[in-house]
Amino acid sequence: MSTGTTKSYVDANEAELIRRVCAGEKEAFYELVRPYEKAVYTAAMSILNNQADAEEVAQEAVLKAFSNLSRFRGEAKFSTWLVQITINEARLKLRKDRRHLYESVDEPKSDDEGDYFPKDFADWREIPSETLQRNELRDALKRALAGLPQKYREVLILRDIQHLSIEETAQVLGISTGNVKTRLLRARLQMRDVLAPGFDGSWITGKQEYEKVRPW
Amino acid sequence: MSVIEISCLEVWREISNYVDNDVEPGLRARMEAHFKVCAHCKAIVDGTRNVVKLVGDGVEYQVPEGFSKRLYSKIKDA
Repeated sequence: MSTGTTKSYVDANEAELIRRVCAGEKEAFYELVRPYEKAVYTAAMSILNNQADAEEVAQEAVLKAFSNLSRFRGEAKFSTWLVQITINEARLKLRKDRRHLYESVDEPKSDDEGDYFPKDFADWREIPSETLQRNELRDALKRALAGLPQKYREVLILRDIQHLSIEETAQVLGISTGNVKTRLLRARLQMRDVLAPGFDGSWITGKQEYEKVRPW
Repeated sequence: MSVIEISCLEVWREISNYVDNDVEPGLRARMEAHFKVCAHCKAIVDGTRNVVKLVGDGVEYQVPEGFSKRLYSKIKDA
């Protein structure tokens, strides 16, 4: 860890754990990463969208962080650094798995250009709290998220589930803050397009058919 | 105070930043004036806000059972 004058983002407890790990205490590393298990797993899921692959990558990423811990400079929060390693490992896995396929991992650049036009103007106001508890809604959310292109899904998960800042998200993904904002806009609007029709009525009233509440 | 009108397209471009409270006050005022008269954009901003809330509250990726244990033994063997 840095002992220079640059600002350190690492809290005292973590700094102490890191010192102990670097002094050879392996068990301290488990203590250090344990609070971030879910964050690491979720980051892997955001890219791989598959439970078994996400676990494999999450565990590899943690081990990679372990062997590279002496290189951690405290220029970001430890959790951000860990998530960044996970994202990189997940991307590597995706490339490796898709190498034999014709499809390219690099999605068309044009996706970020031009405007996104909402497809649906359903009026969607308050969400009753009991609606949130419904499995049907949770399933719909997961499906909608899984259906997003990877580059939108990863931004949405890091921002809206993991609550990373715009800057942290940019750092972790290796893209500009402007790009984070553009992708986040698209991710949220696409999610809204997919989910809003259900809120025309079916999830709130429990009816099987959507009720149209559009202004025309 | 009069605010300069803003088009639906311009509103859509900024809607995610607006929800994140990340637009400058002048633009914010123009967007708010627009929402008062445009039901479509009002529906979109409400929906976008709901997406943020729902995703934040409703999507949870539970780590698979035994994940922690497996991780612990991998660290021990590393």
